[in-house]
Amino acid sequence: MEAFNLLLHGFEVLLTFDKLLLMMLGLVLGVFVGVLPGLGGPNGVAILLPLTFTMDPTSAIVMLSCIYWGALFGGAITSILFNIPGEAWSVATTFDGYPMAQKGQAAEALTAAFTSSFFGSFVAVMLITFLAPRVADFALRFGPPEFFAVYLLTFCSFVGLGKEERHKIVISMALGLLLTAIGMDTVSGQLRLTFGFNELLRGVNFLVAVIGLFGISEILLTMEESLSLRGHAAALNPRVILQVWKSVPRYWATLLRSSAIGCWLGVTPGGAIAASFMGYNVAKRLDKNPDSYGKGRIEGVFAPETAAHAAGTSALLPMLALGIPGSGTAAILLGGMMVWGLNPGPLIFVEQKDFVWGLIASMYLGNIVGLFLVLATVPIFAAVLRVPFAAIAPMILVSCAIGAYAIQNAMFDVWMMLGFGVIGYVFKKLDYPLAPLTLALVLGNRAEDSFRLSMISSEGDLRVFFSNGLVGSITGLALLMLFWPLISAVFEKLRKKPAVGAA
Amino acid sequence: MTDQAEASGGNRPAAKTRTVDLVVSLLILAFAIVFAWDSNRTGNEWASDGPEAGYFPFYLSVLMGAAALYGIGRVLLAKVHEGEVFVTRGQLYRVMQVFIPGVIFCIATQYLGIYVASFILTAGFMIWIGNIAVWKSVLTALIFSFAMFYIFEIAFNVIMPKGPLEAFFGY
Repeated sequence: MEAFNLLLHGFEVLLTFDKLLLMMLGLVLGVFVGVLPGLGGPNGVAILLPLTFTMDPTSAIVMLSCIYWGALFGGAITSILFNIPGEAWSVATTFDGYPMAQKGQAAEALTAAFTSSFFGSFVAVMLITFLAPRVADFALRFGPPEFFAVYLLTFCSFVGLGKEERHKIVISMALGLLLTAIGMDTVSGQLRLTFGFNELLRGVNFLVAVIGLFGISEILLTMEESLSLRGHAAALNPRVILQVWKSVPRYWATLLRSSAIGCWLGVTPGGAIAASFMGYNVAKRLDKNPDSYGKGRIEGVFAPETAAHAAGTSALLPMLALGIPGSGTAAILLGGMMVWGLNPGPLIFVEQKDFVWGLIASMYLGNIVGLFLVLATVPIFAAVLRVPFAAIAPMILVSCAIGAYAIQNAMFDVWMMLGFGVIGYVFKKLDYPLAPLTLALVLGNRAEDSFRLSMISSEGDLRVFFSNGLVGSITGLALLMLFWPLISAVFEKLRKKPAVGAA
Repeated sequence: MTDQAEASGGNRPAAKTRTVDLVVSLLILAFAIVFAWDSNRTGNEWASDGPEAGYFPFYLSVLMGAAALYGIGRVLLAKVHEGEVFVTRGQLYRVMQVFIPGVIFCIATQYLGIYVASFILTAGFMIWIGNIAVWKSVLTALIFSFAMFYIFEIAFNVIMPKGPLEAFFGY
């Protein structure tokens, strides 16, 4: 019940005219950003972050998280009407959403997408409300060794569970960690990897890198494809919406299953993309008639959208409770928290009650308001896509430059952003994953600090990472994750052998 | 956009994926070597109170270098990306259509301030690359640059590089 009271307090914080206005603004900007190909959740949040620099942290996070919800909703519009996933996690939505639009059922598909988005987020927010304070409470006992073990676990699960080629994941992560090492070493005060350049003393700012890697590189990729957008028109009328809503209870199993998948994958650093595919595939596999998927089944929209949103939302749980982001966007929000002068980690539940519970309350309200907002404004946002890209590209470029400059008031950062844009473009085309790079950039310094603090307290003895049950099991789990590909290969062999013997 | 791109070389490949993958791996290897060398200079030993400042960067560089070597080996020996095209000439042309104006925009920002540069970029891009009517382009660019100026300079107090024009109006 304590969580419930705190949540009520959160609503009190939230229900002021200013904050509600910022919320609406954030949602509209977010849907806009989600609809435009070449922008997306992480890019949008990164680019719009400078707007919040002068706000108080609670207003800032309310607006930014609403941009995030808006982007999650917006991604579905482009996938269904234009067959272009606005977001990577909307790819699975195009499988059945676009065929539905082709059959003239765009309105049904959109309603289904928004409703399931809402459902998925709602389940995940409930999870956050009741679980995050407990996790944070538990994590208050963590010292530097435990934190390092958790960081290690995050990095190792990326290497072990990643779908890309392993050496590319390793390169991406090592590069991110090396980039965070540039500048002044926080422990010894020595300069590292600056090669005598004064501009490098500040180090590579995480947000500058993200704006380049995601924002600029997406403009380059979109230009390369020279998208010609041809979409289906859609107007939502209340009758269709009610019709779809009436049918929702029939799909309760799909919705709950996808929510569970999403919550699980969102908390672990796998993210919304994996969740949306998994939600889709599981629904398809369990169906009596799997061949009808891909031809316009409404379940094919329900399943991935619910999972993607549950994952996108629950990715904020480890960010709030432990200071470890579960997704790229969560990583950027975390970067924002540092800019606003907050120290992410379990203490935030004790020290910044208004901030935390205001954010959680805004998740509830943002999703409800967002649902009705997108239902009402789909035609407007679909029209946005008919604006020629030649008008949008320079504006995105300018917004990126403003974002990159505003972080440290440095022109050098704008050039660096362009450089990261090229890196992002090449990496995306060569299938280097960007998520480990992002994660390494935001966690690198904290991971190294916690490692070296552990070393100082243990006088250089590595056994500190196995010194008690808690830290030992986290470290053990991390190593298990790292060698998971090897372990699962061994299991596979062992399982095959008896089968061969029996035959 | 498309007519110009097709006129200037169309679908002929500008670079093969194999080549680019190899070049990128080599560059990463080079970075790894430079980083490792610098970290070695900073000190990569294990002191009594744990690692020295260069310890992590050194071993991360070694790890990254090893992964890059593996990548080079894979491209050369395992024949991955056989025949794949990284980017065609038409595509590269379109990418440059936005990248080069981007560079010019950054240079212009240093001398004219970001708002004037953004007006020039938006209007120029729409006129010459988007083939959109001049009045529409100029009007859009004006509205956009003013909106940006209002949002950042006046509403949110975020300081941006400004040039002679803003100084003339007293900002």
